[in-house]
Amino acid sequence: MEEILRVENLSKKYEDVDVLDGISLSVKKGEVVVIVGPSGCGKSTFLRCLNGLEDIRDGSVFLGDEKINPNKKNLSKTREKIGMVFQSYDLFPHKTILQNVTLAPIKVKKRKKAEVEEEALKLLDRVGLISKKDNYPRQLSGGQKQRVAIVRALIMHPEVLLFDEVTAALDPEMVREVLDVVLSLAKEGRTMLIVTHEMSFARAVADRVIFLDGGKIVEEGKPTDFFDNPKTDRLKKFLKTFSYEE
Amino acid sequence: MGFEVLLKGNNALRLLGGLGVAMYISMISVVISITLGIILGMLMTLKNPVINAVSRVYLEIVRIMPQMVLLFIVYFGATKILGLNLSAEVSAVIVFSFWGTAEMSDLVRGALTGIPAIQYESSMALGMNRLQTYIHVIIPQIVRRLIPLSINLITRMIKTTSLVMMIGIVEVLKVGQQIIEANRKSSPNAAFGIFATIFILYFLACYPISCLSKYLEKKWEN
Ligand SMILES: Nc1ncnc2c1ncn2[C@@H]1O[C@H](COP(=O)(O)OP(=O)(O)O)[C@@H](O)[C@H]1O
Ligand SMILES: [Mg+2]
Repeated sequence: MEEILRVENLSKKYEDVDVLDGISLSVKKGEVVVIVGPSGCGKSTFLRCLNGLEDIRDGSVFLGDEKINPNKKNLSKTREKIGMVFQSYDLFPHKTILQNVTLAPIKVKKRKKAEVEEEALKLLDRVGLISKKDNYPRQLSGGQKQRVAIVRALIMHPEVLLFDEVTAALDPEMVREVLDVVLSLAKEGRTMLIVTHEMSFARAVADRVIFLDGGKIVEEGKPTDFFDNPKTDRLKKFLKTFSYEE
Repeated sequence: MGFEVLLKGNNALRLLGGLGVAMYISMISVVISITLGIILGMLMTLKNPVINAVSRVYLEIVRIMPQMVLLFIVYFGATKILGLNLSAEVSAVIVFSFWGTAEMSDLVRGALTGIPAIQYESSMALGMNRLQTYIHVIIPQIVRRLIPLSINLITRMIKTTSLVMMIGIVEVLKVGQQIIEANRKSSPNAAFGIFATIFILYFLACYPISCLSKYLEKKWEN
């Protein structure tokens, strides 16, 4: 399958600490890559470098043939092609759910309002939220807000989707409804990079799992190998923290 | 009840004229304060150490000094010590703008820094450029936070113009007292009638503004 995203030797420092230290990664079209790792190991920073929300110190990121980081000129043009959903609720509080979803396609892609609204309603229906279209974000639960955030990214027709711990701030009973949406996107063949702490979800959704620690890719593999036969001690230790076995 | 003095001569008109002077002074001060306050508030978010130090001292002075003291300092101080011949009206505008700019800049700074970084980021992640992000995402949220607060400031500025009487501007309270004095014999209750009327006049001036603020606050609750 053809490569869609390529990361070459990516490095990033905050002050004097190497947060990311020479990461290389190639993602194929339709591939779902899950990134796991201890808190503070640079997972969010890595995703943010991929759509240029962070400057990088060394290395480069390509989307297809296009260099997207470092790149100052066409950043917003490129960002249209990379959708991102964040951990914290980031809907626009002064806009209704429908307006949240339609804002970027109308303003950025200059598409017709009626056509965008029609598509928005279809997508909202798909995630079970069409009845909330005229509500404001504050009237929705955390899980509902995250589903809207996913729709808001989808309507830009991104080539790659980035999810940064989208269920981490949710009450446990709402995690499922959001992960179900992400899983259904995986099944329709979308290219996605997902950071998550939900290990059983990672196993279900991933084509490949990556363990990030100390700013480097320590281990990667198919979910079965990754979770059932971890090779490195660091991954073994990390995976142990998710089970209660002695 | 003392309301009859209002009907004597042009007393009612004089009272209204006094209110006019007060409104005039406060409106000029409001416009100056809002303009300068927005600029200063934006400068304060730049985290420049010099701007921050100066504005902290400035805000503190405004916070601890009663406006009446400031009025005396500017009106009498400037005239006597600096030899400037400031009219009472100009002094009042200077003092109210000095005060209003401080309060407004603090409101603007608060509204600006209160917008979470994730609002900028999620907007940019959708492909919006900096200008689009400001126009569609950031500024509408700032305006929604700022308008009710600045309306509250405007009503406080209108009320405070009554202090101007202290330096001799014939605004509404002063006119009221002149009328009371002049009618001491014929209408012994004039004081009540006049002050009740002044109360109503200020109420009429401030209440609609206050209602508008409540309405906007409710409308923009989300
Ligand atoms: N703006 C910043 N300034 C300084 N250090 C930062 C900044 N953002 C993140 N870091 C540091 O970079 C490291 C990686 O952070 P992050 O990518 O958020 O980790 P993760 O998402 O894996 O928990 C952490 O040690 C964090 O403290
Ligand atoms: Mg993170």
